[in-house]
Amino acid sequence: MTAGYIAQQIVNGLILGSMYAMVAIGFSMIYGIVRLINFAHGDIVMIGAFVTLGLLQSLGAPFPVVAVGVLLAGGLMGVMIERAAFRPMRGAPQVTGFIASLAVSIMLQNLGILTLSAQPRNFSFPDNLQEVIHAGGVSFRVIDLVIMAVAVLLMCALILLVRKTKLGMAMRATAENIEVARLMGIPINRTIMAAFAIGSALAGIAGLMWGGKFGQIDPLLGYVPGLKSFVAAVIGGVGSIPGAILGGYVLGLAEVLFVGLLPPIYSAFRDAFVFATLILILLALPNGILGRATEDRA
Amino acid sequence: MLKGISLQVGRGEIVALIGANGAGKTTLLRTLSGLLRPRQGAIRYQADAGGRETDLTQIPAEEIVGLGLSHCPEGRGVFAQLSVRENLVIGAYRRSDRQGIEDDYRRICETFPILGERASQAAGSLSGGEQEMLALGRALMSRPRLLILDEPSLGLGPIIVAELFKVLEEINRQGVTLLLVEQNAVAALDLSHRAYVLETGRVALAGSSCELLNDSNVRRAYLGGTP
Repeated sequence: MTAGYIAQQIVNGLILGSMYAMVAIGFSMIYGIVRLINFAHGDIVMIGAFVTLGLLQSLGAPFPVVAVGVLLAGGLMGVMIERAAFRPMRGAPQVTGFIASLAVSIMLQNLGILTLSAQPRNFSFPDNLQEVIHAGGVSFRVIDLVIMAVAVLLMCALILLVRKTKLGMAMRATAENIEVARLMGIPINRTIMAAFAIGSALAGIAGLMWGGKFGQIDPLLGYVPGLKSFVAAVIGGVGSIPGAILGGYVLGLAEVLFVGLLPPIYSAFRDAFVFATLILILLALPNGILGRATEDRA
Repeated sequence: MLKGISLQVGRGEIVALIGANGAGKTTLLRTLSGLLRPRQGAIRYQADAGGRETDLTQIPAEEIVGLGLSHCPEGRGVFAQLSVRENLVIGAYRRSDRQGIEDDYRRICETFPILGERASQAAGSLSGGEQEMLALGRALMSRPRLLILDEPSLGLGPIIVAELFKVLEEINRQGVTLLLVEQNAVAALDLSHRAYVLETGRVALAGSSCELLNDSNVRRAYLGGTP
C-alpha cells in the first residue's frame, strides 16, 4: 500500500463526503427548525439527478446553467413538499411528521417510477468535465474537482447566510423557540419555508453530484444517500450545520477508507461499516460531534 | 381557561393582573399577543389616540408586535444561542429604520450596561437577572405602546426585582402602557395604578391598586396578611 494509494482514497473520500454533507445539511436544518426527521429528503437527491439529466442531455445546457437550474428545482420541490405535507402537520407529535415524510418519500419514488420508468439511465457529463487529471500520484476527473469546489462554495455561502443575515438570524431564533420568534414579529411560515428551500436546493445539487460520480441514475436512488446523510447529520450533531458538514466528510472518508484499506473481500460490507461508525461515535458522543445536549422543546 | 373575562387597560396606565396559579393570567396574555385564539369575544386595541381600533383576535401574532404591542413572555424566552446583541436586534425585526434601531440599541445598553458589555456573548451565558434585563430590552426594541410582562420577577433576588421595577416605572413614565402579571402581588400592587384579581378564569376583583392592597380578602388570599 503506497502513499499514493492512500492519498487517492482520501481524495475519493472527500468527494463522497462532499455529497453526503450537501444532503446532511438539509436534514439538519429541517430538523433544527421544525424538529422533523424528513425521510423524503433523500428523494430530492433523485429529483436533482433527473433534473440534471434533463437539462444536460436533453437540452444541452452549459454546466453553470445546469447547476443553477438544479438548485432552483430542488428548492422549489422542498417548498412544495413543506406546504403540502408538513405545514398542515405543524404542532403534531414528532412521529406524525416522520410518518408523513415516509409517505412523501414513497410517493416521490413511485411517481418517479411511473413517469420516468424504473429502468436505470446512463448519465454522463460532457467530455471536458470527464477528463482525468493526474497530480502527484492522485488522479481524479475534472467533474470531481467541480463537485468539491461547488460543495465548499455553497457551504461557505450557507454559513454566511445563517450567521450574518436577517433571514439567518430569524432561522436560528425560530429553531430555538418558535413561539417567542412569533412574538418578535418573525414570519415563521416564511422562515420555515426558506429553511426547506435552502436544504432541498442543496439536496438537489447532491443529485447532480451523485449522477456525476456513479454515472447511472434511477428513481429509487435517493434511498441510500438519504439514509447515509441522515447518519452523517446524526454523527455531526443533528440540528447543527457545521456538524452536518463535518459528519458528511467523516462518513465519506470512513466509508472509502474502510473499503480501500481492508482486504477486498470486506468491500461488500461497506454499508455495515457506515453504521458501525455511527454506533461507535454515538457511544462516545451521544449528541454527535458538535451537537449540544438539549432537551426537547416543550 | 378563560370564561367571559372583561378588562380594560388605558393609555399610560400600569395595570397588574394577580391571581393564583392556574387562574388564567398567562393564558390571557398569550391571547392578547395572538399566540392563542379565543373561541369567542374580541380584543379591541387602539395603538394611538384617535387612531384606528383593531380587533387583535383577527391578527396573527407575528403582526401584532408591529401594532405596538410587545409581549415579554413567561420564563423570559431569550434566544440562548444567539448573542446578546442579536437578541436585542431581533426585537426590532419588524422595523426597517436602521438608524432608529441603532439608536435604540445604544439607549438600551445605557439603561442596562451589562448588555452592552456582553454584546457578543451568547445570551444563554447570562445570569437570570441579566436575562430578564435582556428580555425587557428586547421587548423595548420594537418601540411598544403597550408592553405586556409575564412574571418579570420570577426567580430573581429581591435587590434585582427592586431595580427591575424601578426600570419599569421609568419606562412607563416615558409613555409606555404596562400590563403585568405577577406572583409577587405586593410589588405588583405597589407599582401599578390599577389591578385585576383573576380566579379560575374569571375576574374576581378589580380596582385601584391602593384599594386592593388594603382589601381584606386580597390580603388574606395573596399578600399573606391577616384580615
